[in-house]
Amino acid sequence: MGRRRWPLNLAALAVIVVVAFPVYWMLVTSFRPNSEIRTAPRFLPIGTLENYRTVFERDHFWSSFSNSLQVTLLTVVFALFTAFLAAVAVARFRFRGRLAFLVIVLLVQMVPAEAMMISVVKVLEGWNLRNSIAGLTITYVAFVLPFTVWTLRGFVGGVPKELEEAAMMDGSSRLRAFFTVTLPLLAPGLVATGIFAFIQAWNEFTFALVIMDRPERETLPVWLQAFNFGARGTDWGGVMAGSTLITVPVIVFFLLVHRRVAAGMTAGAVKG
Amino acid sequence: MTAVLSDEGTGPPPALPDSRRAGRPRRPRPARGRTGLLPYLLLVPALAALGAGLGYPLVRLVVMSTQEFGLRQQFGQPAPFVGTDNFAEIFGDPYFWDVLRRSLIFCAVNVVLTLVLGTLAALLLSRLGTAMRTALSVALLFAWATPALTATIVWQWIFDARYGVVNWLLTRLGGDFEGHSWLSKPLSFFFVGTLIVVWMGVPFVAFTLYAGMTQIPGEVMEAAAIDGAGAWARFRDVIWPALKPIFVVLAALSTLWDLRVFTQIYVLQQAGGITRETNTLGVYAYRTSAGNDFGLGAAIALVMVGITLLATLFHLRQMFRQEEV
Repeated sequence: MGRRRWPLNLAALAVIVVVAFPVYWMLVTSFRPNSEIRTAPRFLPIGTLENYRTVFERDHFWSSFSNSLQVTLLTVVFALFTAFLAAVAVARFRFRGRLAFLVIVLLVQMVPAEAMMISVVKVLEGWNLRNSIAGLTITYVAFVLPFTVWTLRGFVGGVPKELEEAAMMDGSSRLRAFFTVTLPLLAPGLVATGIFAFIQAWNEFTFALVIMDRPERETLPVWLQAFNFGARGTDWGGVMAGSTLITVPVIVFFLLVHRRVAAGMTAGAVKG
Repeated sequence: MTAVLSDEGTGPPPALPDSRRAGRPRRPRPARGRTGLLPYLLLVPALAALGAGLGYPLVRLVVMSTQEFGLRQQFGQPAPFVGTDNFAEIFGDPYFWDVLRRSLIFCAVNVVLTLVLGTLAALLLSRLGTAMRTALSVALLFAWATPALTATIVWQWIFDARYGVVNWLLTRLGGDFEGHSWLSKPLSFFFVGTLIVVWMGVPFVAFTLYAGMTQIPGEVMEAAAIDGAGAWARFRDVIWPALKPIFVVLAALSTLWDLRVFTQIYVLQQAGGITRETNTLGVYAYRTSAGNDFGLGAAIALVMVGITLLATLFHLRQMFRQEEV
């Protein structure tokens, strides 16, 4: 296979340039003054922080940032807690209805959010939770839960029950054995799954668009789209700076956890 | 929101082909009395969250689809039951069939392109040296990690009529693309939409297939090469049969994700100004509701749920066939 590497490498290089270009272009544009953006494209990252100042001073940026952070963190906490309990139930116990629960989780996973946005809004309106952090959080928890349960189930199943049982032989209670032996081993899995839930909630646009329809209640993605729509191609520097601020944390988190989550997914697929 | 909240491919685990019952000797089942209520109690919070955030809204969706739910109902009037009138209205409307056909074609084109390009990327990954492979992986991860909304906005910028880099490049290459608007004609609109969806979808396919390819024993590939099998023959006779279950799962998942594309179409519509010729099912349901006809919107949304459900059942059958859950 070692013969003639260069055509392959050349092909790979072309693919890399095409695939990475949008992210690169977003970064480069965000550092260029708008006056310059309107002349010919420049491909080197040089420039100014002016666009970031525009973003920070723009109406509702900070309230959107705060809303996004609150919803995201609350979603992570509640989703991890509820999913963890459910994952322990399905990975550690055999009980009637277990399979039915797993099937429900898989089915629910497939319900398109895009079809649910209409009635979710009506339901939240009825509970006086439209335009509220609580309302959006409930929705997000329900929609990240299937994936979180499924992934955590793999991680919990990956810790041998025998470890707990050994601790119980030494006189620990079952609960204590779980907290001192199993939980520490699960920490990396919980962190990875939590980061994944974070990414999902942070990125979410569809529900936030319809649930948070007052400017001061917007989350960052809704705020960005309003900025993008309002600018109508006149402030690409600002819009790209906003895009960068939303995207970069996600990419960093993603690079950190994707391998671990992939491993969790595989474990979930293999362990019974 | 996994597959649900965003389109970036975090669905249930792709079932791996080698997952047949791991050979642990079965221990006798613990008597039900010993586990008792505990597992059920552990499920309560999850079931409550799913019920409140998803189950109940789903019931409401079904109810709304059988009601006349317009502007007056928005202001508190009771919503009269109209039976299947909303569905009759949809199915009798040629425009609905336009939208449905458009959604299915868009989905099919995206799935095929995503799978083909993903396979090529996986093959490339499997034959590169370490350094190039890492570089390509990182580039793919960038595309995978970018949120659907910012991805769409960035592509919108790349294809911007006045200052976009694509028009600039094509003009330099001798074309007449000065001020060319990509988003105001349906065909080029969907070209850009497809580019975005495929760009975001290829990495997941590529990584999953690459992981599968590394499981194929090297000797098999070498033996095939020694037997004089060319690249295409090696793919057809060795890789394809070995990875077929993964291909099936990836095709099912991509279909599910591409059927419900919303963000990309919605944002491009806002930018390009044409909606009637570019509506897909999800956007159409949303716009119908935003036009204050919630009963009709709900009915369209339910059709979408129905189609998704069919694809899901197919997918689940494959999964259960391949592994012990």
